[in-house]
Amino acid sequence: MNSLHDMTVAELAQALKTKQVSAVEVATGFLARLGGNPHNAFLDIDSEVTLAQAQASDARLAAGTAGPLEGVPVGHKDVFVTRDFATTAGSKILTGYRSPFDATLVQKLGASALGGAGMVTLGKLNCDEFAMGSANENSAFGKVTNPWDTARVPGGSSGGSAAAVAARLTPAATGTDTGGSIRQPASFCGITGIKPTYGRASRYGMIAYASSLDQGGPMARTAKDCALLLSAMCGPDLDRDSTSLDVPAEDFTASLNGSIEGLRIGVPKEFFGEGLHADVRAALDAALSEYEKLGAKLVPISLPRTELSIPVYYIIAPAEASSNLSRFDGVKFGHRAKDYTDLVDMYKKTRAEGFGNEVKRRIMTGAYVLSHGYYDAYYLQAQKIRRMIADDFQNAFKSCDVIAGPVAPSVAWKLGENAGDPVADYLADIFTLPASLAGLPGMSLPAGFGAHGMPVGMQLIGNYFQEAQLLNAAHRLQQATDWHLRKPEGI
Amino acid sequence: MSKLVQGYEVVIGFETHAQLSTKSKIFSRASVAFGAEPNTQACAVDMALPGTLPVMNIGAVERAIEFGLAINAHIAERSIFARKNYFYPDLPKGYQISQFEIPVVQGGEVSFFLEEGQETVRKTVRLERAHLEEDAGKSLHEDFIGQSGIDLNRAGTPLLEIVTQPDMRSSDEAVAYAKELHKIVTWIGICDGNMQEGSFRCDANVSVRKPGGELGTRREIKNLNSSKCAGRLTRSKTATRSNKPPCCSTPTRARPAPCAPKKTPPTTATFLTRTCPRW
Repeated sequence: MNSLHDMTVAELAQALKTKQVSAVEVATGFLARLGGNPHNAFLDIDSEVTLAQAQASDARLAAGTAGPLEGVPVGHKDVFVTRDFATTAGSKILTGYRSPFDATLVQKLGASALGGAGMVTLGKLNCDEFAMGSANENSAFGKVTNPWDTARVPGGSSGGSAAAVAARLTPAATGTDTGGSIRQPASFCGITGIKPTYGRASRYGMIAYASSLDQGGPMARTAKDCALLLSAMCGPDLDRDSTSLDVPAEDFTASLNGSIEGLRIGVPKEFFGEGLHADVRAALDAALSEYEKLGAKLVPISLPRTELSIPVYYIIAPAEASSNLSRFDGVKFGHRAKDYTDLVDMYKKTRAEGFGNEVKRRIMTGAYVLSHGYYDAYYLQAQKIRRMIADDFQNAFKSCDVIAGPVAPSVAWKLGENAGDPVADYLADIFTLPASLAGLPGMSLPAGFGAHGMPVGMQLIGNYFQEAQLLNAAHRLQQATDWHLRKPEGI
Repeated sequence: MSKLVQGYEVVIGFETHAQLSTKSKIFSRASVAFGAEPNTQACAVDMALPGTLPVMNIGAVERAIEFGLAINAHIAERSIFARKNYFYPDLPKGYQISQFEIPVVQGGEVSFFLEEGQETVRKTVRLERAHLEEDAGKSLHEDFIGQSGIDLNRAGTPLLEIVTQPDMRSSDEAVAYAKELHKIVTWIGICDGNMQEGSFRCDANVSVRKPGGELGTRREIKNLNSSKCAGRLTRSKTATRSNKPPCCSTPTRARPAPCAPKKTPPTTATFLTRTCPRW
C-alpha cells in the first residue's frame, strides 16, 4: 500500500472497504498534513468535526451500510455553504458566517446516513473572493501558493482546491466553475477537474456569483477519481434549484475503459493562435499525438467567436454578480460597519469595508451595464453573442465528438505578476470562457510540463451531457501517460 | 360621460396587489398565514441566506392563470421573471423577483354596472397586464427606540399585480372597478380579499386633463385599503389636485424610495411549469 496521502480516491475507497485502513486513520493522517496550513489552501479546519465524521464512516463500514466513497476525505471550496464549518466565500463580508444548512453537493458527497456518498470533510478551501479571480490572489484571507513553485499562483478561483489536491493535502476537492474556475487551477496545479453541463449538479448552497454560469464539480488527481465524485454529485434537485436539470445521476465510472478508437477530437484553430505560449503548445501537441496513438482522429474545427467570449463574459458575469451580491448589506448576516450615521451610510461603509477590490470592480461594472440606457447596448447584446457562441459549438460538434485545446495560454504565472492589471487576468480566461457561456461540460487534465517545469493542462470540451465521454477520453490518456502521476518536489 | 371639474376631467388607472391564496410562499415552502410572531415564518430562502435559490410555487401560477381566464385575458405560455434591484432592509435579497417582460396575464377586461343619474350603464375597464411577484418584509419603526425592526414573515408572499389601462373617468368608476375586481378574485377563490390584512391593496394613478387632450402627469396614490377610502381620495384628488392624500395618512405599506439607481431588470429566468413543485 502507498502512503495514505499518495493514494487516489479509488484506492482509498478500496482500502477502506477491505478494512486495510480505517476512516479515522485516514482522517488523522490527512489532518496531520494540514498543520501549518501549507500553501494557505484551507480557510477552516476542525479536527473534531472531521474525526466525528470519520468515526461515523467506520461504523457504517463495519455495519456494511457504507456509501460508495465511505471514509474518503474531501475538502470543499469555501463557496459551498456548510453547517459544520465556517463559510466565507473568501470574503471579509462573511467573516465567521455559519450556514444553518449544507449545500446540496456537500450533502451528496457527505454522510451516507443522509443519502450521501460517505466522504469525510477535511475543511473548507481558500478561493478568490466570491469566486472572482484567476489566480487566487483575491482572497480576503491571503493568497494560495502553487505546490509546484510557491512563487507562482495556483490559478483561480478554485485555487485552494487545486493546491490542496496537488500537495496531497486531500485526495479530492470540490470546486466551482463560472468562467474556468475548476479547469484553470486544475491546469496550473497539474491535477484533473471537470465542470459538468450547466444544471447537472445542483447550485443550491453554492454562493451565487453569476447564476447563469456557476457550476460545481470535482477536482482530483485522476479522471477516474473525478468520475467517482461526479457520479455522486450529479442528479436533479428540482425542489431546491430551478435550473437543476431533470437528468438522472449516472455512473461515470462505467464507461471509463471504453475504446476511443475512431473518436473524433476537434482542434479549434482559434485555440492555437498567437496568444498561446510555445511551451504550452508543445505540450499539447505531444498530448494530442498520444491521442492519435490511441486511435483517435484529430479534426480541424473553428470556433470563430472565441475572442468575443471575453467581453461577453465580463459583461454577463458582473451583471449577475452585482445583483447576486446585493444581499450582503450588513442587515441580516456577516460583516456590518461599526459606526454609521444612517441606513445609507451603513450600507456604504459595510460594503466598502467588506468587499475586496475585484469584487467592487465587478459590482460596479455590473451595475453600469444594467443601468437604464445601457442595458440594451451591453447586457442584451452580450446575451445575443452568448447564444451565437453556443451555436458555434453545435456547429463544431457536427464534425467532432469532443473538442481539445489549451486551458490557459501559459503555465502558472508569478504571484503579483498581474497585480494592478485585472485585464491581464481576464484575457487569460479566453479558452475556458466559451464552454462556460455555452453551458457545456469541460475538463482539464495534466498534459505534460511547460516553462519552469510547471504543469500544462489540456482542456476537453464535450457536448451537453457527454461527461462520460470526456471522462472516458481523459482516463484513456491517463492509462497511456504518466503526467497525472508526477508530483511536486518535496511532496 | 366624464364629469368635469373646473373644465378638467380626471383620468384614473389602478394597480392592485392581490395576495394569492396559496398555503406557502411564491418561491419557498414557508407559510403565508397572517399574524404570526415576527420572523417565525421566514425560511432560509426568504431571509436570502447565502446559497439559497428560489423555486416557483406552481399554486401561484395556477391562480394567476385562473384570474386571466376570468377576465378573458391572454395567458402567456412562456412567462419571464426578472429582478427589480434596490436596497432596503426589508428586502432581504436586495431585489424583488417580479415580472417585467412577458407577464403571465396580458390584456383582458373588467366590466361592471354603474348608476349615472337615472340610468344604469355598463362600464368596461381594460387591463394592461397581471403579473406575479413576491412581497417584501415589513420594517417596524414603532417598537424599537432608535432602531428599526425587520419582520420577514411577509417576504416572499405571492402577489398578483393587476394593472389597468387609464380607463376610469370618475371616482365612482374607480370604486366600482375596485369592488368588481375584489368580487372576481374572491369569487374565483384566488385571494381572500381581506383588505385589513393587506390581501387586496390598491394604488391609484390619477391625472387630470382637458377633455380629449393628452394624458397629464400622473400622481400615484398608494395603499387605498378600503373602497370608501379610494372613493374619497380620488374625489379629493380631482377637486384639489393636491399632493397629499387626505385620508389613509398611515399607509399600511409604504414602499421606500430606491437607494440604488433604477436599473432595468438584469437577469431573467423562464419558468417551466412542469418542474414546479406544489407547496
